[in-house]
Amino acid sequence: MFRVTRRYAFAASHRLHSAQLSEEENRRIYGKCNNPYGHGHNYAIEVSACGPIDDATGLAARIPVLDDLVKREVLTPFDHRDLNLDTGAFCNGVPTTENLAFEIGRRLKRNWSAAFPGEWPKLDKIRIAETERNIFELRADEIE
Amino acid sequence: MIITRKVEFSASHVCRRPEFTDEENRQLYGPAANPNGHGHNYVVEVGLEGQPDPVTGMVLDLKELKGILNREIVAPYDHRFLNYEAAPFDRVVPTAENLAREIWRRLEPHLCGERGRLYSVRLYETPDLFVDYFGEQPCSA
Repeated sequence: MFRVTRRYAFAASHRLHSAQLSEEENRRIYGKCNNPYGHGHNYAIEVSACGPIDDATGLAARIPVLDDLVKREVLTPFDHRDLNLDTGAFCNGVPTTENLAFEIGRRLKRNWSAAFPGEWPKLDKIRIAETERNIFELRADEIE
Repeated sequence: MIITRKVEFSASHVCRRPEFTDEENRQLYGPAANPNGHGHNYVVEVGLEGQPDPVTGMVLDLKELKGILNREIVAPYDHRFLNYEAAPFDRVVPTAENLAREIWRRLEPHLCGERGRLYSVRLYETPDLFVDYFGEQPCSA
């Protein structure tokens, strides 16, 4: 069994602010991430697919297919965007990288079988680095 | 515990099957199908699983591991064109998956003792594309 991992990057801005909290609580919990005008990151995402090798091609996952899927579902909607205002994904939620990981995971999982119609490869996990020091990882079975 | 040793080699390859059309090869392998080939700085991380020896405190002497990796990976692959100079890649497409599996096959006979059993081979083709191989076992999903 193989796990094939591809890394992608996008740059986006966000502001961490919850409508369910007071101004004071937002400032206390999110600190500088609550600054009113937001701020940005160079996000790096690793998408891992797993499966057996196809001996005819020598591949466990077709990288051009994965690239197209990630480009359409993640990079095009998120790159050089404001996550709160431009994406529609965080109208009611806070774009923490935890929530962003679930959003990206749902987008990939929802469209996975159209891109990879066979039994394999399966989506295995995604890993998002908000900065080089803050990294978030989700197994595919944690994504609804 | 798992200990990891890293080695690098630079090599060229081309990923295409002669029985497929240019268009089919491009769909499968992307620009890696360009007929004249291209190269990578490959990075291999070899993971060993084992317990430290109670006397030496080591799972496996890393000098010994370094020698095995140099002999089995660096010597046959570094500064080579894999398709032309490194069997079985004259017959087998040198994808990252096949290369990881071949490295596993080369290493396993030397790393199957009670101490330091081969656990994983991670092969980076570029910093943005890598493959993990754990032998013939199911993955976590």
